[in-house]
Amino acid sequence: MEIWYKKIYCYGFMNIKKYLKVYSYFNYSSISIELEYKINLFIDLITSILGLIGSVFLLSIFFSNTDEIGGWNFNQALIIQGIYTVLNGVTNTWFNPNLKEIVKYIREGTLDYVLLKPIDSQFWISFKRISPTGLIEILLGFFVLSYCFYLNNISFNIWSSIVLIITLICSISILYSLWFLISTTTIWFVKTWNATEVLRSFLYMGRFPMDSFSFSLRIFFSTVIPITFITTIPSEVLLGLSPAWKIILEVLVSMTFLIFSRRFWKFALRFYTSASS
Amino acid sequence: MQNSLIYKFSTLFKTQYANMLEYRAEIALWAISGVIPFFMLNIWTNNGLNESINISDVMLSRYFLSAFFVRQFSVVWVVFTFEEDALLGRVSPYLIQPLHPFIRYFVQHIAEQITRFPFALVIAIIFFIFNPQSLWVPSLSTIIISLICTFFSFLMQFLMQSIIASFCFWTEKASSIEKLLFIPTLFLSGLLAPVSSFPYYVKSWIYLTPFPYLIDFPASILSGNQANIIEGIFIQLLWIILFFCIFKKIWKSGTRKFTAMGL
Repeated sequence: MEIWYKKIYCYGFMNIKKYLKVYSYFNYSSISIELEYKINLFIDLITSILGLIGSVFLLSIFFSNTDEIGGWNFNQALIIQGIYTVLNGVTNTWFNPNLKEIVKYIREGTLDYVLLKPIDSQFWISFKRISPTGLIEILLGFFVLSYCFYLNNISFNIWSSIVLIITLICSISILYSLWFLISTTTIWFVKTWNATEVLRSFLYMGRFPMDSFSFSLRIFFSTVIPITFITTIPSEVLLGLSPAWKIILEVLVSMTFLIFSRRFWKFALRFYTSASS
Repeated sequence: MQNSLIYKFSTLFKTQYANMLEYRAEIALWAISGVIPFFMLNIWTNNGLNESINISDVMLSRYFLSAFFVRQFSVVWVVFTFEEDALLGRVSPYLIQPLHPFIRYFVQHIAEQITRFPFALVIAIIFFIFNPQSLWVPSLSTIIISLICTFFSFLMQFLMQSIIASFCFWTEKASSIEKLLFIPTLFLSGLLAPVSSFPYYVKSWIYLTPFPYLIDFPASILSGNQANIIEGIFIQLLWIILFFCIFKKIWKSGTRKFTAMGL
């Protein structure tokens, strides 16, 4: 009994403590790296604001010709923009900078050192770097979202906010898994930077309600690359349009993706042959 | 002298083409990542958005296919390569060589475009299989004129990015400026929506900027939509000359500022 108790303590709580501590060191080091380029932070801020203006402009072109696309009116479609901006910020803050590192680890063979460390390799690889520029985008996204609340007269209660948080967490897990799956393939293909460009251009379509695409593309976007689950369902949840089964499905899909990406990483590591001289 | 420049060009081209062929899988992925216009087309036609701008479904699909092609052959990434080279100290030997470093990058881009061509063609064929009604064969003169316009569009973007790349002499990380410039390029060039669909408050000033001449203008010519060919080419040339002068100036003062890095 005592051993069982100790096991949970050592591998559970102590581990979480250790990981949190390591994570705070990660953040500290990468933020000090990023702050070296202060002007860049400013330029990135302008870039994300312009990007948002651009996509609202595009939406306004669509809606100048019609009242609704795929059953969504302008104010509702703006929610998707908000959620997209938040998620894009998350991608730019956590996933993108780390992915660049993974490619480098594998090309230069420095993954050896990561694997030798007494810490989970997936944790190290996924959270080593953080880029504060994306945080601005997240703030911007939440700003748009709160404006949308006003536009759409959304009455906000505890229940809906819990569901929103759950769906957002699910979207982030799906996004993370997609990015991590692609970066895992680096072990075989070494240069996967371009594959992420493909993913990026597909994810770009998450700015628009999935119902505005034709049926075949909608199928594609909910099975092959689950963009539907990433932006459209959280927006539907906000509007109170989403039935319960969609939310449950989203949770299931994100769990599957997370587990699969974990398994895939473990599987891929078996094929890792170091590259250093 | 003339002869030796051509010799340098062809040698550089051969080596770069061989180099690019080695990375053909990556280039194929690049080609696939340019499919955004097709998704946009889907939104346009699926919601009947094109009815009020008087472009038929078929013409719009031709437009977006042309936009895809123009984009494929005017993608420029020189700032990223130059930034890497500058940070790793590879620029120093380039500067010593009796050849402007950007000619090397220029040839790299041309070689990459030729490697990319078959992949773009395959994507176009797949597009026609799904949309057989939009199949069209432009006349030879149209193809030649649009090729020239696409090349000019490529030159404009190459020079714009070269100007930004020259900022590497001052800031070391110029790619964030490029990302900033990419936003108006994306939304105003006509890649996501034809410029003719833009509202009047944008149309009134957009032709004063270089953006519509990057994708909308060549794509309109290729797809047979309305375009003022002579005026467009003339304006493209003006921009090219302007950017070239700016680039020369910045490059000159930048190389004076240059401090060798790396190694």
